[in-house]
Amino acid sequence: MSTATAVPVSSSDAVARPARTIAPIPTSRLVTVELRKMFDTRAGFWLMASVGIISVLATAAVIIWAPDEAITQNNFSVAIGMPLSVVLPIIAILSVTGEYSQRTGLTTYTLVPWRGRVLSAKLVATLLVGVVAMFVALAVGALGNLLGSALTGLDAVWDVSLAEFGTIVLANVLGMLMGFMLGVLFRSSAAAIVGYFVYSFVLPVALGALAAFQEWFRDLQPWVDVQFAITRLYDVTMTAEYWQQLGVTTLVWLWIPLALGLRAVLRAEVK
Amino acid sequence: MISVESLTKQYGRFTAVDHVSFTAATGRVTGFLGPNGAGKSTTMRVMVGLTRPTTGRVTITGRDYRELVNPGLEVGVLLDASAQHAGRTGREILTIAQQTMGLPKTQVAETLARVGLTEDEAGRRVRDYSLGMRQRLGIATALIGDPEVLILDEPANGLDPAGIRWMRDLLRGFANDGGTVLLSSHLLHEIEVIADDLIVIGQGRIVAQGSKSELLASAGTLVRATDVDTLARALHEAAVVTTPIDGGLRVDADPELVGATAHRAGVVLRELRPADGAGLEEMFLELTADTAREGAAA
Repeated sequence: MSTATAVPVSSSDAVARPARTIAPIPTSRLVTVELRKMFDTRAGFWLMASVGIISVLATAAVIIWAPDEAITQNNFSVAIGMPLSVVLPIIAILSVTGEYSQRTGLTTYTLVPWRGRVLSAKLVATLLVGVVAMFVALAVGALGNLLGSALTGLDAVWDVSLAEFGTIVLANVLGMLMGFMLGVLFRSSAAAIVGYFVYSFVLPVALGALAAFQEWFRDLQPWVDVQFAITRLYDVTMTAEYWQQLGVTTLVWLWIPLALGLRAVLRAEVK
Repeated sequence: MISVESLTKQYGRFTAVDHVSFTAATGRVTGFLGPNGAGKSTTMRVMVGLTRPTTGRVTITGRDYRELVNPGLEVGVLLDASAQHAGRTGREILTIAQQTMGLPKTQVAETLARVGLTEDEAGRRVRDYSLGMRQRLGIATALIGDPEVLILDEPANGLDPAGIRWMRDLLRGFANDGGTVLLSSHLLHEIEVIADDLIVIGQGRIVAQGSKSELLASAGTLVRATDVDTLARALHEAAVVTTPIDGGLRVDADPELVGATAHRAGVVLRELRPADGAGLEEMFLELTADTAREGAAA
């Protein structure tokens, strides 16, 4: 699809239009458009703004309520990271389901009749937002740490390493992929958000309870419970076995349903 | 030119579109007429790749829709004016289309003016739009890429009489400039004032197609006279079928023959004209009576 296609105009056609060269739509343009669509409604704008607002509020809460010795970069990152890990997947869900709930897909898939390209652009736009949000959170947390330690008079504690920040970003990216997966699977904002809360709050509690009361499940849980596996990215040094468990659980709970959802989107009728 | 070749779409055992074939010619406005649920929208969705056909195919200027590298510049599409994000402003929706197609920014304001949306209206969110304004915005999205082909599903829905007249002039101008227009409607009067050619569909099958003048000709002549009975007898002697209507007859013949017969019979005519609207409407009702939902009542 890299060659430009000229519109054929027959010379015999009395009312022929001037020929013009039509260039294919570059993917970068699709990503720009999808990014725009994430910000251009009130709901979308405030959802994005909430990333910054949550970071500031969580930072303020740590400064106000945490004991002096708890003013550490790690505590800021945990305080900001928890609410952010809820908001980011919802951003991912809505980027997909908006096309169906608001029926804009009718126009989107008509202007760009290659749904795989549209979804890829959405995924790239979503992940860009996610990674930028993480850096915003990092910056706000660092400012909070400086401010907090200035207030307590203690030296600022910088206890988040680059590797730790990397695994936190990975955890959030996986969370956003979960949202994206639920979006393509359900293609309805309400259903996907309910699905997300089941995924991130109901299932972990249920599996946790099962592990607590059933001996046989205790050793099995890390291989089954995907939230358990992802949560370890936040606070535990990852071992080879932990990575394997992350791979197995995300394969079952994320990658396979994602593949099924993508297949459904590509085939389904857009109404 | 749009070419539909033996298109069939089945949903399970239900056949929504059944071996439909027709062409919408360049330089003409083709009306796609049928009662609700006749298969118009399904056919149009197949045209633009939103629905996969069970069998058959559609080509636009000789190519499959998915072969177009930037379809918005070649085919303007409006399938449902209500399928626009309620939280976006009209201008924003048009800007998204402009950016997707890679058009200059100035096209947005120009196209808004072309469809008669004011600056103030363009700044409002679509949830505050009337259906007529949504139609205009949808038509703007279809027109912004300066395409050669327009595919519009029920575009006159919600337009006031002035709006319908505006659209007629717009589509007429578009076809005169060498464009192809296919528009659907379930209202005969709406499509009658706009279209050159008509495709009539009922229960997924094409029941009539041809130029409007052909279809009108087959609808006969309307005649009113002082002595209707004598005229009817004279026409029957000329082996012409007549149907009595209020104060006159509908005759399955052209006006010239009816006039000549009346002259020979010495009957004074009060009215003699092609039975256009009424005839076509009767045809439409007749053709779709056994297929339309309202069929039983009609």
